[in-house]
Order: sequence, then C-alpha cells, then structure tokens
Amino acid sequence: MDGATSSLDGPIRTTCPYCGVGCGVLARPDGVGGVSVAGDPDHPANRGRLCSKGAALGETVSLEGRLLHPMVGGVRTSWDVALDAVADGFGRIAAESGPDAVAFYLSGQLLTEDYYVANKLMKGFIGSAHVDTNSRLCMSSSVAGHKRAFGSDTVPGCYEDLDAADLLVLVGSNAAWCHPVLYRRMLDNRAARGARIVVIDPRRTTTGEEADLFLPIAPGTDTVLFAGLLVDLVEAGTVDEAYVAAHTAGLADAVAQARRIAPSLHAVCRQTGLSPADVTAFYELFRTHDRTVTCYSQGVNQSAQGTDKVGAIVNCHLATGRIGRAGAGPFSLTGQPNAMGGREVGGLANMLAAHMGFAPPEVDRVRRFWSAPRMAEAEGLKAVALFEAIEAGRIKALWIMATNPAVSLPGAGRAREALAKLDLLVVSENVASNDTVARGAHVLLPAAAWGEKDGTVTNSERRISRQRAVLPLPGEVKPDWWIVSEVARRMGFADAFPYRGAAEIFREHARLTAFENDGSRDLDLGGLASLDGAGYDDLAPVQWPFPADGAPTARLFADGGFFAPDARARFATPAEPGPAAVLSEAYPLWLNTGRVRDQWHTMTRTGRSARLGSHRPVPFVEIHPADAARFGLAAGDLARVSTSTGQGIFEVEIAEGQRPGSVFVPIHWSDANSSHGAVGPLVQGVVDPHSGQPEMKATPATLSPEPMALRGFALTRHEIAPPAGTWWARARVEGGSGTLFAAGGRAAGVMDWAPALFPGCEVAEYVDVAADAYRCAAFRDGVFEGALFVGPAAARPRWEAAKAVFAGATAPESRAALGETTGGAAAGPLVCSCFGVGLETIRAAIAPGGATSPEAIGAALRAGTNCGSCVPELRRILARELQPVG
Amino acid sequence: MRERLVVVGNGMASLRFLERLAQHAPGAFDVTVVGAEPSPAYNRVLLSSLLAGDMDEAACRFRDAGWYATSGYHLLTGRRATAIDRTARLVTVGADAIPYDRLVLATGSSPIMLSKPGSDLPGIIAFRDLSHIDAMRAAVRPGARAVVIGGGLLGLEAAYGLARIGIATTLLHVMDRLMERQLDGRAARLVRAAMERRGVDVVLQADTAAFEGSGRVEGVRLSDGRLIPADLVVVAIGVRPLVDLGREAGLAVGRGIQVDDRMTTSDPAISAVGECVEHRGVVYGLVEPGYDQADVLARAFASLPATYHGSVIATSLKVSGLPLFSAGAIADDARGDAILLTDPRTGTYRKLVVDEGRLVGALLVGDVGEGPWYLDLIRSGAPIGTFRNDLMFGRPAEAASPEPLKRAA
Repeated sequence: MDGATSSLDGPIRTTCPYCGVGCGVLARPDGVGGVSVAGDPDHPANRGRLCSKGAALGETVSLEGRLLHPMVGGVRTSWDVALDAVADGFGRIAAESGPDAVAFYLSGQLLTEDYYVANKLMKGFIGSAHVDTNSRLCMSSSVAGHKRAFGSDTVPGCYEDLDAADLLVLVGSNAAWCHPVLYRRMLDNRAARGARIVVIDPRRTTTGEEADLFLPIAPGTDTVLFAGLLVDLVEAGTVDEAYVAAHTAGLADAVAQARRIAPSLHAVCRQTGLSPADVTAFYELFRTHDRTVTCYSQGVNQSAQGTDKVGAIVNCHLATGRIGRAGAGPFSLTGQPNAMGGREVGGLANMLAAHMGFAPPEVDRVRRFWSAPRMAEAEGLKAVALFEAIEAGRIKALWIMATNPAVSLPGAGRAREALAKLDLLVVSENVASNDTVARGAHVLLPAAAWGEKDGTVTNSERRISRQRAVLPLPGEVKPDWWIVSEVARRMGFADAFPYRGAAEIFREHARLTAFENDGSRDLDLGGLASLDGAGYDDLAPVQWPFPADGAPTARLFADGGFFAPDARARFATPAEPGPAAVLSEAYPLWLNTGRVRDQWHTMTRTGRSARLGSHRPVPFVEIHPADAARFGLAAGDLARVSTSTGQGIFEVEIAEGQRPGSVFVPIHWSDANSSHGAVGPLVQGVVDPHSGQPEMKATPATLSPEPMALRGFALTRHEIAPPAGTWWARARVEGGSGTLFAAGGRAAGVMDWAPALFPGCEVAEYVDVAADAYRCAAFRDGVFEGALFVGPAAARPRWEAAKAVFAGATAPESRAALGETTGGAAAGPLVCSCFGVGLETIRAAIAPGGATSPEAIGAALRAGTNCGSCVPELRRILARELQPVG
Repeated sequence: MRERLVVVGNGMASLRFLERLAQHAPGAFDVTVVGAEPSPAYNRVLLSSLLAGDMDEAACRFRDAGWYATSGYHLLTGRRATAIDRTARLVTVGADAIPYDRLVLATGSSPIMLSKPGSDLPGIIAFRDLSHIDAMRAAVRPGARAVVIGGGLLGLEAAYGLARIGIATTLLHVMDRLMERQLDGRAARLVRAAMERRGVDVVLQADTAAFEGSGRVEGVRLSDGRLIPADLVVVAIGVRPLVDLGREAGLAVGRGIQVDDRMTTSDPAISAVGECVEHRGVVYGLVEPGYDQADVLARAFASLPATYHGSVIATSLKVSGLPLFSAGAIADDARGDAILLTDPRTGTYRKLVVDEGRLVGALLVGDVGEGPWYLDLIRSGAPIGTFRNDLMFGRPAEAASPEPLKRAA
C-alpha cells in the first residue's frame, strides 16, 4: 500500500487545510489509513508550529461518513452516468435558458488547480460569469479595498513583518483563536522585541485579553476610528509627504472626508463608544511607531461597509508611507486556506481570471489565451445575489464544490429553500451528508479531501505551497480538477481540458498570469510557468509576484509601483458609516458571529476529532452579564436568539468581555450536528455595495429564555439523533459520539429513550426519581455500548467521567460507568487541546505552592506549550486560583 | 477492698464489656464471669462461615482462658446461673452462691423453636452454637436432605452452609419474600435467585404445620399439605431474649430486661447488655448493638461519661459471592426518596434512601464496599446536600471530600 511505503520514506511535506496562515505540515501515513502530523520546521509560515486544529489533522482522516461513490437521485451510480448527468444538465439548461441560468459556487477549500479549471469552464466555455465562492463571505471586502487602493488585489507585506513590527494593530481579528500560529509570532515579537499590541474589537476576545491596549469599539464604527486616525496623523504632521506626493493620489479628498466622519476626538468617541483616553493612546501609539502593521480580518471584512473599513485602514498606511517595508503595512489575514488561490485564478464573479477583470481588453486577452468559444463578458452574480437569483428561478442549475452554503450563507433559511427550487443541484463533496447535501442534491460527486488532494494553495502572504497527497484516493473519490475536466470534455471541450495532472493545470495558470503581463498586473507567476513534473512535485513555498525574469517577491509598494495606469495608489473616501440595519424595541441587541478556537467552519472535518470536540461541545451565545440580567438568563441556561430572518437556541455563556448590547454566536453548528445551533439563518446579511460581502457581525437580534427542565447527554458508539422537541448538539468523543441535550418533562420520559438508543442491550441503571435523575449504561454481550445521563437543568450531569470510561473501558463496573466524578473526572473540562489538559488538572498544578505562571504550568503539564492558544485561558485560571480567599 | 463484680453470660457482648473494662479500669473490680457454654466466648457471628467451611474454628475464637486470668477475671465455663438474690446480693450458680456488689447480666438470647406437632423429634435443631455445627456436619452423607425454616439472615446462612457441605437443602419461609425486614422486594428477588444458584431450593409462603417422622424427623408438613422430606431440620426463625433470670429476680422486664441509657436495670446494682436487653423499647438481635452497649457500660463502670442512644444496625449476609448489606429504613414503603442502581449483568442492586437531605437507609446487593461508609452517614445524620448525585458512587477521594462526608465525632 502506498501509505505504508511512504512512511518508510519519511514524512510528506504538505499544507494545513484550515485558516489562511497556510502552515506547513509534515504528514506521515501510518499505513492503515491514518496519518500522524507535525509542523514543518522548514515552512516559512509556521516554522514547525501548528495550532490545535492543525495538530489534530490526523484525527480527521477516517473514512467514516465519507462520500465514496457518485450518486444520482440518491442512488449510487458510476462516474460515467454521474458525469453525463452533470454535463447534459448544464449543457441543456445553458442552451435552453442561456448561460446565465447556470452557476458554480466554489470554496476557499479548493486547490488553485481545481479552482482554475472550474473558473475556465464556466467563464470561457459555458459563457457565464456566475462563479462565486464562499470567499465572498470571507475576504471579498479586502479584495475590493485592495483593488480600489492599489489597483490590484495585492497583500503588500509578508509574515516577517509581524516579527519586525514595533506596533501590531489587530482590527476585527481574534487571531489568538483564528490565526493562532501568526498570533504566536506576534507574541514572540512582543516578548523578544517589545512590540506593542493593540486590539480593536467589539468583543474582548482571547486576543483582546492579551493586548497592551484593547479598544472595545461599537460594531460597524471602525471607519470612524481610522478616519479620526488619518485626521490625527495629518494634524500631527506624521504624514510621509514625499511618499504621498510620489506614489499616491487623493489624500486631500480623503482627509476632507475623514474630517466629515471624525471631526473631533469627541465625535470619534461618541460614535465608537470608546473612551478619549483609549483613542488618544491608540493614535499616539500609531503616530510614534513607524514600524506598524495593521492586521484585519472578518470583523472588518464581514461588514456592510467592509470595503470602506479596509480603505480607512489602508489610508493611514499610505499617508505614512508605511507599506511594503519591513515591519510596516496593512495586512489582511485571510480566513481560508486557499481564498488567495481562488482570487488568483479569478474564482469570483467580479473577476475574470489571473487578477484580470471584465474590461474588454482583459476579456479578449483571456479569450485568446484559452481559445475560448463563449467568454463571459460582464461580472456575474456575487454569492448573496446568486442565491437570490436561484430563489427567483433565474438560475436553474448550480454546482457547489467543497462548501456548505446551507449553513454558512447569511439568511441561510432562504438559501436552503432556494436550493430546493433548482432544476439541477450538483454537489462535489467529501461527506455523504451535510445540510447542503440534505437539500436534495440531484448529483453527488465524491471529491478528494485533505490528505488525498494534490496541488497548490496560496496563503495570506502570497506564498504558494504544495498540498501533497499523503493517502490514496479512497473508494471512487476523484480530485475536483479531474471531475470538472471530465464534465468539460463531455460538454464538448475536450481540447481545452486535456489535463492529466495538477502540474499541467498549474503551468497553464502560471502562463496565463504572465500572458501579456509585462509588469502591468501584480499576479505574475512567469517564473513558475515552465516547472516540469518533478519541479512541481518538489516546489518549495514561494511568494509571488515571481516573473519569468525575476525573483519571488516578499513585499510590494515600498517604492510605489501600484497597478494603476499612473502607478499611484488611491486614497479611499469612505462613506459615512451608518448602520446597515438598526436596532429596535423588538431587536435591541447586535448579533455578532465568529469562530471558536478548536473548530473550523461547519465542522465536517474538525468535528471528527474528539480532542477538538471537547473544548466547546455545544453551540452557545456569549452575553454580557448586564444583558443576561436584563433578559433573565444565567450561565448554562438555554436562550432563544431571534432575528428578523431566523432563530436558534444556544447555551448561555456569561462573558465580561462581551460588549453590552451585543451577543456572540459561533458559526460552526448546523442541522447536521445540532437541533437549533445553526446561526446562518439568523444572519441578515446586508451586503457591502462594493464587494458584495454580507454583514455577518451585526444583525439586530433579541433573546428570550428557553427553559428546559432537563439536561443530559448520551454517549453512543454511533451517531444518534434525539427525539423531536429535544435541543441537542453532537460532538465526537473518544470511542464514539457524544450528544448533549436538553428536554422538557421528567427524567422518566428520557428513560424511555434507552431501548431505542441501545437496542438489544443489557442496561445498568441509576434512578433518583425525586431528584429527577436517570442514568444508564448499556452493554451488549458484556461490552460497553454507551450511556445516557439526564438530570434537572440546575444539576445537569457532567460528562467528563463518563467520557473517560467510554473511551477506555470495554466492560466497566456499573458504578464507574454511571458515576459523575469517578475515573477521569478529575481532569475537568478541556483547556489545552494539544495535550488534552483539563481545568481540574491545571487547578491542581496551581494549588498550593504550585505554578504561578503559564510558563510554569507549561513546564509541569505541557499545557499551552504547543499552539499557545490556551495561554490566555491559563492566565485567567491563574488569576482566579491565585486571588486571595476572602 | 475492691467491689465484687459478677458478669453472668460469656457471649460476645460480655467479652466486649470485659475487654473495655480492662482498658478503662484495669483491676478496679474483683470480677467473676459465669458462662453456660463449655468454652469461653467465641465469635458466634462466624458460625455460618464455619459451617460453610469459609472459616475454621480457630478464626472464631477470641480470647483463651489465659487472657481472662491475666486480666484478673475469674472465669467459670459450663456453669449456668439460676437465681439472683438481690437482697443478699448473691448469684446462684449450681450449688454455689457468688456474692456481688455489682452484677452485669449478659445472658443473651435463645433461638425460638416452633411449637408444632412433632417439634420434639430428634433431628430438629436450632442454629445458635458450636454444637449445632457439629450436628449439621454429622448429617452429611449421600442423599442427605435438610430443611431450614426461616428466611431471615440466619436461615439463609444456614441453608447456604448446608448446601455448601453437600446437603440438598430446602429453605422454607413463611413470608412472601426473603429477609423482609432488611430487603425490599427487588433485593429479595435477587437474593432468592442467588440462593437458588447456590443449590438452595427456596419455598416462600411456606407455613409449617407439623414435623413428621417416626423416632426421628423425616419431613416437614406445610399447611397447604405439601411434605418436604428432611433428615435434618434447622429452625432459624429468630431469637428471644433470655430474661428468666432477671424476671425471677424482680427486675423490670418487657420483651427484654429493661435498661436506661447507662445500661442500668431497675435495680441500680444490676446492669445488662447484649441481646437480653430492651433499651428504649427496642430489643436488638444482633451483635453490634451489644458491642455498643458493652462499650457504654464499661465507660460507666470506669466513671467516664457514658450514654447509649440506641444503635442503627446494619445487616451483612455472609454468603460467599452474594455480598449484601442493609442498614436503616429501606423498605419499599419507607419514608423518603429512593435512589436506585441496578446492573443485571452483575446482579448488582443498590438502594439509598434519602429523607430530608439525609441518608436514612442503604441496601447493597452484590457490591457492598461502601456499606460502612453509608452506615456512618446514616448514624451521623450528616446532611448530604449537593453530594446526593454522587452518593451512590462511593466515598470521594480525601482531597475532594466535601464537608458532609466527615464522620460525626
């Protein structure tokens, strides 16, 4: 078997499939379908580090739940039949209703080669520009902001700037959880060089807790803060006049507009809700630190004014000439592993290909390069509009690849209904079921997953890295580029899609980037256009631009050279920020959304790791104590969160760091792993006028208690779904599946689930009728099959002990299986995912005369010594444990 | 001159009293001990284990004659006290009259025998002392059959012991379930099944009408007409306090010799401990309360603070492979909340009864490790509070021990 021999050859260098940091991974197949992973010490993005998610990659490669065969109409079929169905369907609908009746919805999870082929087929051969992607939900406002300012979608700096900066400003970024490895680089910089860290976020996230200065800004007012900063820089004389004069245009207009938005410190504070002291401190830090990097992420992008926020930030860097220099620049932290690659091939409805748009000369150039018969000549529909067109019946055929829009789109409820209206829904997937597949996909195509795919991805610093296959393709699974090429061939375009491997596609893509470029476009991979097979296989991580006659480029624009006819950058004149939605009596709170530390997107991959599942096993809503009191909610209660578009039920987490008037719900849960945990349907999703990116961070919402008498959990060897009317969420646990639930009525009602959960089992039971508690442990032929615990909500059963028994014992004593505190309970809730260290273990290490610092805890328990993303939590625990007992 | 103390009876309560007295007030009294059995006090509780062969006789012995001598106790064995002259302060032992200043009665109890036709036939015995073990062992031969009457603790142990030594044994119990005072219905069914697995035939609602046989018992006739053949019949339907000596001496006697909280009878010079005693209206047929009483009495004799409040008793069945523990109020209709744990795989059954936030009863079948701890909780009446959810699962580690688990002083 391939894997077995590979393991003898040493680890395979590949790339992590999660966030946009793009960490190098050393993967070593174990020969029996598994993989062990370690950080690649030679990869410049991570230098050997991995975060909790990346470190758990090996736990996510099992074939359980994988889609392994093509399906048409819910029935397994051959590739020939499935591919013909797709080709015929798209061909017929495009012929009957025009090319604009068909669309692709792609994903930042696709490799560049996959993306390239899909984009080429739709925009050059079917003739529609309706190719959009989940990257629209992620960083399209950065794209629009970059293009408006630089004339190109260019990230000017590189990761080394994070090591070299003296001031790091994080705007709308919980990097500690979402880009942990970069965040560690920033902390290392602070430790080694004394860099200061400023965090600007409505929510005091883990990142905010670690900041030297934290600005709890009102949602949607970043533009005000940065307009005020521009005014401050101008008034303080911090503007780099020479740079501005030589390489930019429009500063005067920008400053005039900034003065309108932020006429005074008072005006800034009034709009942002920040204190004058904090704003002044931030402006002073920015003024006095030449080496400043401003990192921004979803808090900036996922906004109805995202493009203007990017503009307001970039303005301050252009005005000070702090761009493209070591330790200085604006820096978009990309959310997905290959959002950048998708942007490069043009996998967005408002881009054509290779960073070219729809200007007639560009369309013509690409037409000639592709020898394309039917070029799309105008922008297509962006994600939200695309789903509206489906809803309206204008788009009749959709091919979704590698994404789960039924969960992730704003107004996901409507998107789900829209999908059901399609004449043809094709889904290329790894998993046999998710919320999107469940909408009634007509054709399901089994696509390769991480570990099987072979191609390239580009990370947030424009660095192209190889993702290499570590495992054989299982079942009848195929790479996405193969699937799309086969469909293209069957549609009559065999000559244009002759690819036999990813290398051929990459070379063609590289040639297109260099085609008639001559320095006019930022994206130039000419230096890679002639890679042979071996060169592609061995390609080391490399940053573009890399023109044929040049070298890879770490930074751009220090000396101007913007991609505009006059080579000048353009200052933005952002619109006055006004809320896209307004709070009302019915919806008095802002609903914010985002990620948690140990999960990725809709959990179809990270959800397979028991370790990752134990950090936050249920969907929750973070609420400030004052709001909790106002709505009659306490920690651990269930709360219904309602917006004008949907509602969900979440467990209440009281968070001092939450901004009063604003609540936070994570994005990871869906109908596939919870009863009421999907937040997508709640998000209104007003789009940014420039980028089309929907607002995900500020939807008017309200809260109400959702009292449920009982709480409990089931541990089962296979996934189960509790009866209707139950609130539940499912998490992978060691040895099987864990389902945490809430239910009404009395425990005796839940007791009746046992026979259905554990058919044919002998059941050991614990019953306390008066306390409304019931627990059972099921055994089949003496082997432990699972457990069901339920109790009153106020005294809900804890599951750590039962989980430990479930993971380890095949025939435990009934008291061990049914106890709440025996066995592994001592470890408590998981804090450090990397080393599996629980709260109680840490408390024990602190108490009396023990550890007094995160470093000491690390030395004793290893907690926090790998990805470091739990270090802030360790600090909190230390503070709590060490405070004098009063 | 030292006061003369006479102890009548040399059973387990008597010995415990003597031991504690030697500890608290060594040499303070001139002590004479009068025992009716031929040997000094032995561990009667282990008789069934001795029968079953789980223990040998040596394990049942406590103190030899030498210990009594060393302690300054004058021990008379095989001698029965027959009368007390309270005025003259004399105890009649056979032909002797032993003078006392203070007298302790520890006369124990005697097994209740059924008075039914044929009950005087040879082969019908009780299960009370070493002589009965000898009789049972003598009955072992191929095809031997025994009947045990009484489905209480002692009857079960006797039946188990007989089956164990190879006698086909039938257990007759007049009630509809075994050990009805210590078990609830569910536990009783488990115990019955366990007994049957050990080769004991159990007949419930078996009302003995007569013993049949010519010259020796041959069977037990039930009131429904059934005849259960038997070469040996062991009657284990309970014990009766031995109070004749006290009653005839004019002491206040109810079901037992009545004592106050310092174990003093209606005569200030006479105390009583053990199974012959009635304290606050309660007669205990078990050794542990006797020990508690003996401890109190020894302290009283040593002029130490001494008050007996009564005992919460626990029952343990000594049938190997069937651990059973019962304490406090565990009946199906007991007041309070029942918390249950069952495991059909292992035959484990546990019931804890909690009333007003305190543990009041514990019944353990199959897994009795925490029995003494539950008994402590029942005795101390310590509030269990939020520990209720963990109570079933055993004593927590010391570090994690919440307040309610500390033993009452």
